[in-house]
Amino acid sequence: MKTFKLTRASDSNQAIAAAAKAKTAQQGAEIRFIGGGTTLIDLMKLNVEQPQTLIDINRLPLDKIEALPDGGLTIGAVVRNSDLAYHPLVRKNYAVLSEALLSGASAQLRNMATTGGNLLQRTRCMYFRETNMPCNKREPGSGCAAIGGTNRSLAILGTSEHCIATNPSDMNVAMAALEATIHIRGPKGERSIPIGDFHVLPGNTPHRETVLEPGDLITHVTLPPPAPGSRSLYLKLRDRASYEFALASAAVVVTVAGGKVTRARIALGGVGTKPWRSPEAEQALTGQLATEDVFRKAAEAALSGAKPQSENGFKVELAKRCLVHALTLATQTA
Amino acid sequence: MPESAQTSVIGKPQPRIDGPLKVSGLATYASDFHFPGMLYAVPVEATIANGKIQKLDTAAAEKMPGVRAILHRANIGKISRSIMGKGFDGICVERRPPFEDDVVRYYGQYVALAVADTFEAAKGAADVVRVTYDKNKPNVGTDLKADDDPDVVPTSYGPEKRLQSERGDPEAAFASAAVKLDQTYVTPAEHHNPIELQGATAMWDGDKLTIYEESQGIFNMRGVLAQMFGLPKENVRVITKFVGSGFGSKLWPWTHCPLAVAAARQLGKPVKLALSRKMMFQSVGHRARTQQRVRLGATAEGKLVSLQHDYVYHRSILDNYHENCGEATAFQYSVPNLRVKFGRAQRNIGTPSDMRGPGAVPGLYATESAMNELADQLKIDPVKLRILNEPKIDESLGIPFSSRHLVECFELGMEKFDWSKRTPEVGSMKRDGLILGWGMAGCAWIAARFPAEASVHLRDDGTTRVACGTQDIGTGTYTILAQLAAEKTGVPLNKVEVALGDTSLPEGPVSGGSMVTGSIIPAVYAAADNAIASLLTVATSTPGSPFEKNKPADLAFEGGRVFVKANGSAGGVPFADVLRRANLGFVTGSGKSEATFGEEKPKFSTHSFGCHFVEVSWQPAIARLRVSRVVSVIDAGRIINPLAGRNQIEGAVVMGIGMALLEHTSYDQESGAPINSNLADYIVAVNADVPKLEVHFVDFPDKELNELGARGIGEIGLAGIAAAITAATYHATGVRVRELPVRIEDLLTSSVLA
Repeated sequence: MKTFKLTRASDSNQAIAAAAKAKTAQQGAEIRFIGGGTTLIDLMKLNVEQPQTLIDINRLPLDKIEALPDGGLTIGAVVRNSDLAYHPLVRKNYAVLSEALLSGASAQLRNMATTGGNLLQRTRCMYFRETNMPCNKREPGSGCAAIGGTNRSLAILGTSEHCIATNPSDMNVAMAALEATIHIRGPKGERSIPIGDFHVLPGNTPHRETVLEPGDLITHVTLPPPAPGSRSLYLKLRDRASYEFALASAAVVVTVAGGKVTRARIALGGVGTKPWRSPEAEQALTGQLATEDVFRKAAEAALSGAKPQSENGFKVELAKRCLVHALTLATQTA
Repeated sequence: MPESAQTSVIGKPQPRIDGPLKVSGLATYASDFHFPGMLYAVPVEATIANGKIQKLDTAAAEKMPGVRAILHRANIGKISRSIMGKGFDGICVERRPPFEDDVVRYYGQYVALAVADTFEAAKGAADVVRVTYDKNKPNVGTDLKADDDPDVVPTSYGPEKRLQSERGDPEAAFASAAVKLDQTYVTPAEHHNPIELQGATAMWDGDKLTIYEESQGIFNMRGVLAQMFGLPKENVRVITKFVGSGFGSKLWPWTHCPLAVAAARQLGKPVKLALSRKMMFQSVGHRARTQQRVRLGATAEGKLVSLQHDYVYHRSILDNYHENCGEATAFQYSVPNLRVKFGRAQRNIGTPSDMRGPGAVPGLYATESAMNELADQLKIDPVKLRILNEPKIDESLGIPFSSRHLVECFELGMEKFDWSKRTPEVGSMKRDGLILGWGMAGCAWIAARFPAEASVHLRDDGTTRVACGTQDIGTGTYTILAQLAAEKTGVPLNKVEVALGDTSLPEGPVSGGSMVTGSIIPAVYAAADNAIASLLTVATSTPGSPFEKNKPADLAFEGGRVFVKANGSAGGVPFADVLRRANLGFVTGSGKSEATFGEEKPKFSTHSFGCHFVEVSWQPAIARLRVSRVVSVIDAGRIINPLAGRNQIEGAVVMGIGMALLEHTSYDQESGAPINSNLADYIVAVNADVPKLEVHFVDFPDKELNELGARGIGEIGLAGIAAAITAATYHATGVRVRELPVRIEDLLTSSVLA
């Protein structure tokens, strides 16, 4: 870990102005906001991130969860994962989000990790975390050691020849299925970005993971009101029963009427370079009978673009089973 | 009569006497010691696995604030090699001292050492030492073929015949057997991963060296350091008060230890060196990868006629660690024709070393799996197959077992598990919408004594002190020693002081091979007897003593009181009174027990035995397999502390769940790095993976080992469990996995549906 300066922001504008001086808000940023620090400090200890300045945003008034007049929800950027997971409105209206949060990390980490921080959670690719290894995400142009290397846990969707790192967050997957909106305040003012546009594919710039620019501060996330009659669920598959990143996961929000799926929002985790919303699966489900056969077709559609690596071909079938089972559970009549 | 005299503390569940220190954070582990002026050292790790150091640029690191030195081959000073002496002395599995040459033979090998005023400064400096290498492609390949074939090979513990055991004509018997099985089983490299990281704090006082290190064998470490630094043994003191688990990784000294000592020598100050978790995957040993071919021949009824076990393991470039997979093969079953033979394959890896149940654990995974497959092939119950082949004597040595009650273990296990309800067809058992699989396996582990010495004090305040220079690696040795002393002296447990983990104490055994308890019993008992004899002499020779007119032979000692035998124990005098009347602070006695380990011509074959019965649940829809029930039955002689004993077996079963389903170290083929070198990417079983564990001990004291009949229990619980889990997995899923761990990708091929 390199020595760094820690400042504590008491006001958002001041924090934004300070952070705007950085050359990048992506990999290698010289100035970073710190919330729970559960990703950032870890990477700083490994010298993967070496910011000169950290701006502590934990005292900014971004810690509220509140109902919106339209029936939706607003979630402050520094709301802790555990507070969000156990909030009564989240449990009642957005079960998928609560379940996703509680399936991640450990109780201790969830007590620290924040909503804004989780949106920016970094990959667990082992080569990214090891500064002696080539990694285009950490060091653009150095190559990708994971392609042809140890890649069992890495992505099969949204990959490029430069990067196959998985987005590790569970929360993001639920947020994608819930069509969350990310609210950002930056040097040029405020803007709102649908979660699907917030993370970017690696392409030939894998060091760039989101649309954030220097000084951009995530202030809060909003969720639309729950779709009437919908049920939601998060299913996570992994080697051990707890405290492990997903090999495959599925967030589903479905409405069934008269035996038919009338609305579906589907996102997959553990398989994509970003939280993987699947319009293909949603289309395959909408208007169809809620049967296993249909679910399987939706799963096939969701994985049709999968590009397995040397060790992770099994993820294609595992992700399909994960989605089919999630849909089965979410559409079961009580 | 005092209560202590009526109630034996042996065989009763006793909470750890060191528990309060541990849960309150007061237990001082090796890295908890701090000294004035102490410096911190952080090694620089090689980032290649095969090559040569071309240039070491330390200029930038040396200029950093707080940095005292960057040590390397040119300025570390002399560090000599250590060779194995008689017994457990001078053993280093990795024999090359650090910085001996410029060749790098494994990823993470130490190439320099940064020493600074703070840990942070040392780490910062280590990070900026620039090393350039002549780099060659490393060989960390996973397909193992023996790459040498001498009849005898040197190993870390002496020469070993590659043909380990042979009887009859195994080839011919196999060829003509009615039923044959020929399969190869693979176990991956695994890392010990004790939670306490390794490290050393070294300080010199003139030519005397003291080192705090979490060692499983302090006297061996003393011998190694004496050789490495050219000192008489008595000038070296090793202190290990507590160990946060070892699992074998702390048995022998690793290269960081002499580095700390050499840095302290060069800089004239105490130096602390603590490893990172990543270093724990590179340079403190691991369980070798093994590839084991097992051939079984049997009659149509299931009587074994031939058993061949040919295995290959990987080893490092320079060292000769022997992964003795054949440890239990030659005696576990009655079979007239048998051969056990091994080969080894060199890789650019840090040397493997002993890991909990070394050899026997991977070995029994293979042979017990083969027995399970044979039972399926024969369509007979796997327990019946084993009982049918139960030996009457150890057929490899032609001598009787001291005490073997494996059949009783099977019988109790079947009863507790309700094994008779098992239906053998794959996928035939169900509960709550899940498919169940039931499997079992047997196990064995060596039982023997290492040499041990102990002392016992009886003190004038009514307390006692027992001392033995062994270690407590978290298994409960403090409590065992207290129990033994309490039993002999009649002093209640809370008035027993236990001293261990210090080479200034009487020489105790290494905490390895599950042999501490069995080894220390005779030593402590003899020490207590000698202390009591001394007390009785004092009692008869002290003017004014009620026993002044007696001879020592007239007296007896029981429950902490001295009395005249003829008068019975009712009128005794507490020993503290006897000592006070004589104005003595204490009397003391020493005791010693001899080794049985390594005996040339043993009269008995001594081992612990046991079995595991396992249930897994299988959810095909999401390819989810979980262990849902385990019953373990262990024949380990007399159990001194059933509470700690059960805990040992439970811990081993948890590790076994990891071995069967989760654990493996991946070596990056390009760089040679153990790439999943952290506890998020190296997956061990967590609480949520562990169902209720049921542990039973069959109580057959083995008096050949010691007067209490106790054998060891640290390792036996991990033997066999993986084979039981893979058998249960097959029973549930129809997928036969012969390479550990069982993975989701294997299970996705199952055609068993809900």
